Amino acid sequence: MMGPMLAEAWHGMSANRLRTFLTMLGMVIGVGAVILMLAIGRGAQFQVDQSIASMGSNLFIILSGSSTAGGVRLGGGAAPTLTLGDAQAIAELPSLAAVAPTVPGGAQIVYGQNNWGTQVLGTTPSYLEVRDWHIEAGYPFTDSDVRSATRVALIGQTVAKNLFGEEEPVGKTIRIKQSPYLVIGVLAAKGQSLDGRDQDDTILVPVTTAQRKLFGTQFQGTVRFIMAQATAPEAMAGAERAINQLLRQRHHLQEGTDSDFTVRNLTAVANTAAETARIMSLMLGAIASISLVVGGIGIMNIMLVSVTERTREIGIRMAVGARQRDILLQFLLEAIIISVVGCLVGVILGVGGAVLANKITGTAVVITLSSVVMAFLVAAGVGVFFGFYPANKAARLKPIDALRYQ
Amino acid sequence: MASEAVIHVERLCKQYETAAGAVPVLRDVNLTIAPGEFVAVMGPSGSGKSTFMNILGCLDTPTSGSYVLNGKDVGTLDTDQLAQLRNEVIGFVFQGFNLLPRANLEDNVALPLVYRGVTKTARTAQALEMLEKVGLKGYGNSMSNQISGGQQQRAAIARALVNRPRLILADEPTGNLDTATSREIMHLFTRLNKEDGITIVLVTHEHDIAAYAKRLVQFVDGRVVHDGAVTHLEEAPA
Ligand SMILES: Nc1ncnc2c1ncn2[C@@H]1O[C@H](COP(=O)(O)OP(=O)(O)OP(=O)(O)O)[C@@H](O)[C@H]1O
Ligand SMILES: [Mg+2]
Repeated sequence: MMGPMLAEAWHGMSANRLRTFLTMLGMVIGVGAVILMLAIGRGAQFQVDQSIASMGSNLFIILSGSSTAGGVRLGGGAAPTLTLGDAQAIAELPSLAAVAPTVPGGAQIVYGQNNWGTQVLGTTPSYLEVRDWHIEAGYPFTDSDVRSATRVALIGQTVAKNLFGEEEPVGKTIRIKQSPYLVIGVLAAKGQSLDGRDQDDTILVPVTTAQRKLFGTQFQGTVRFIMAQATAPEAMAGAERAINQLLRQRHHLQEGTDSDFTVRNLTAVANTAAETARIMSLMLGAIASISLVVGGIGIMNIMLVSVTERTREIGIRMAVGARQRDILLQFLLEAIIISVVGCLVGVILGVGGAVLANKITGTAVVITLSSVVMAFLVAAGVGVFFGFYPANKAARLKPIDALRYQ
Repeated sequence: MASEAVIHVERLCKQYETAAGAVPVLRDVNLTIAPGEFVAVMGPSGSGKSTFMNILGCLDTPTSGSYVLNGKDVGTLDTDQLAQLRNEVIGFVFQGFNLLPRANLEDNVALPLVYRGVTKTARTAQALEMLEKVGLKGYGNSMSNQISGGQQQRAAIARALVNRPRLILADEPTGNLDTATSREIMHLFTRLNKEDGITIVLVTHEHDIAAYAKRLVQFVDGRVVHDGAVTHLEEAPA
């Protein structure tokens, strides 16, 4: 029964190509949009998750300056208030696993003929622990390097690529602000940060070296910020309180005055970002689903018109012996064919569009088989669902009423 | 006798519900038609002939009364069983042909076979055979809306015949055709009745068309007012 009914359905569709094509177009756009939106949403989510994973876990950043409703006041004459001593004191807190004081600055790096401007971070060996950053080649610097402010450097992947190309960087000497530094290690790749910066475009040197020899801070021994890692997610609230208490005490701040530093829970910020990305991904999916439903309603619309237009044909078919289920099947098959073919084209266009978006704009896209299969099944289901009503309407016509139509 | 009749109708009534109230169209119609009969139904316009034929063709349902077709009480059948009767027992021929547009004659004639689950090759063979039988050999690929009215009616008859029905019901089959073509169509019916023994019930307004039949039933105002041999034709009220 299926074979000839398929032929009858096909006959009905090919008899009105433009109408069939337009209905399919609704489905194509619906499915294409769903897949594209899911790919972009998932891509954004994936990127955020990766950045968060690369950031390190249970992380605080302690900044100079007080926090206000508007955020953190930094620079603009605000004297750096955090010191290496502060960092060492914080490191003693039992709720913290690792603490890294940091002095950042920009510098021009030279190796042979090559020249590269990048960010130089003066810090301690704990920084690698806090950031969960590994060494790909060579060795990290040590506490004794920090004590004696030696001229050694760990370089990021981007710096290594731009300065050394294919050459092996470890053991070579680079020049930072004209002074020679020995490259003792290459950092593993980290990728993009949450705010979209290339984290591999960086050089780590001992914090003391940065303070005394590179950037020559006007206030001896100060650092721009301190990164601290709590021992566990549950320890974060306690750690934040302890850091605040300890630093206020060390900075001799009176009860009731503003702090001259700010403790920020980076993990909370990261979680917010992840949540935002997830919601955005969901919203994109929801918007795209609406177009899918609209496509389904389009099918219903066309099928209803088709049923009305072909009422006489239905009457003729019934007069020569078509049963209700034959008519139902014919129109349902029509709806199914339209939605399935529309879905297939939509899948192709959606995946193609996602790949193209990635190629042209560099937008991160993640296409999963499950999202494609899901979009396909949902769309096909929508087609059947919206095709059923008109098909059923056609099948329930009385033969004489269908024949008398117009 | 009633059990071997092709058609047995008793106290058949049909009324339409309209805004002005119930309009009776058929009133207590009783009729028995035996196998192999060739019956002409005549009567003034609006006398209920088409309504009666549609009920006989299982396209419409009566308001009351009984209709036994081929030994089956039609009133007790469900929609699938009615469809099966229309498919296998009855061949209906319409005044307006009712062929599927945008389909060729072969597909049109083969349509009843589709709903009987006949394979494609068998369908083609039988459709071509029927087209040949009605004098349309070689017209299988012609589109139904690109041939003459007479040819369309022949194709419609071929479609009515393709499932080898016992009964052909024709509502003004020559109503849209000229005299010469009408005569050809009536010759075809006569041959089907004589050679294949198919029972034929045919509605017409024209006496010379009715003259091809052997029995004449006359309707006036939803009642059978005359039922007899066709030779009584000239005396019958028109
Ligand atoms: N669907 C309907 N609703 C209401 N009244 C109807 C309907 N169909 C037919 N009628 C009425 O029933 C009566 C009989 O109609 P029918 O078509 O059976 O007549 P007929 O004998 O075939 O006439 P004609 O010779 O013109 O074809 C007419 O008065 C018509 O107006
Ligand atoms: Mg009529």
